[in-house]
Amino acid sequence: MTDEQPSVRAEWPLYEVFVRGKRGLNHVHVGSLHAADDQMAVRHARDVYTRRNEGVSIWVVRADLITASSPDEKDPLFAPSGDKVYRHPTFYAIPADVPHM
Amino acid sequence: MTVSPQPDERELLEAFESTIDRNDRIEPRDWMPEGYRKTLVRQIAQHAHSEIIGMQPEGNWITRAPSLRRKAILLAKVQDEAGHGLYLYSACETLGTSRTELTEKLIAGAQKYSSIFNYPTLSYADVGTIGWLVDGAAICNQVPLCRTSFGPYGRAMIRVCKEESFHQRQGYELLMTMMRGTDEQRAMVQESVDRFWWPSLMMFGPPDDDSPNTAQSMAWGIKRNTNDDLRQRFVDMTVPQAKALGVTLPDPDLVWNEERRAHDFGTPDWAEFQQVIKGNGPCNAQRIAHRRKAHEDGAWVREAAMAFAARTHEPEETTHDR
Repeated sequence: MTDEQPSVRAEWPLYEVFVRGKRGLNHVHVGSLHAADDQMAVRHARDVYTRRNEGVSIWVVRADLITASSPDEKDPLFAPSGDKVYRHPTFYAIPADVPHM
Repeated sequence: MTVSPQPDERELLEAFESTIDRNDRIEPRDWMPEGYRKTLVRQIAQHAHSEIIGMQPEGNWITRAPSLRRKAILLAKVQDEAGHGLYLYSACETLGTSRTELTEKLIAGAQKYSSIFNYPTLSYADVGTIGWLVDGAAICNQVPLCRTSFGPYGRAMIRVCKEESFHQRQGYELLMTMMRGTDEQRAMVQESVDRFWWPSLMMFGPPDDDSPNTAQSMAWGIKRNTNDDLRQRFVDMTVPQAKALGVTLPDPDLVWNEERRAHDFGTPDWAEFQQVIKGNGPCNAQRIAHRRKAHEDGAWVREAAMAFAARTHEPEETTHDR
């Protein structure tokens, strides 16, 4: 399958789909689908992922345009935040009788 | 799975197994044993194909629905099955296969789908029975799969399960409506239940002592329950529903066992099950032929859309090159 040149017979490209469930919420990744172009991807996303009012807005993006961190570099990539416990509110001891903290 | 892992592979395997042991999810870009990947591709593909082939027995009745209400419901239901197939193909593609490849394997008969869809739908009551029993059995199978160890599969199952409840309820309501009708309609319901009961029990797969993959699948967290456990759960759920509906389940051995706090029931005809799996069920050839024809007849549409997309993108790309 991988040696197939782009042609009319090739499989439609893969898109990742993100849906905003309602106003005030982030778009959330819901899955993927195939479409010939961006407009068709939006229409297909509506039919596949929002048949029951699950969304008020849809983003689609070609899967091959996404850059992701690799699981192999998971430790070094996220290590800088590992030893910075002072970034969390619970690092600071405050007497229990101090209100609104 | 590799027989003797290399040192670094041993480390990867340990990381994989500790993720499973923590009841955490495996995600697509994680390292995984080849056997885990293969088992998932086989199971998810089979599941996706079942949804897609599953459109046929009911789609058969869309043009002959008895009312506009029933027609709209059935259309929505069959559209959902297409959607479920697409969620699952999408999950399966994260394992490095492609939908085209899976479709080609289906129409070549190289991958399977649920045996239940090889039985014909002979009356409109079958639409109700499929919703009640077939989708009911599917729910029993699928609810535990929401917690399966492979992230994309579990997420697809959550979407599917949310929608499956509508399928079961519309079927049961349809049957209730017929049971309130004439003697002839009640007989139609009973006849339909008689045909679908045993094939529904077979949907859970062979008995545990004849299911060689179950132990490994459960160790990997792909399956959460054995076939027989789920079958028992389905029978126990369905008996009171049958009573409320006023139909008889066609099994003389079906009886409440106070000691086990569960129903005893008869043994499905496993020889028939094996025949259907092997391709000798009443509708196997018809289902695959129909799917192949739809795929081939749609080729020009897929190609035209690609050609259109290529043309509309041309000017943009030329500008970019300058």
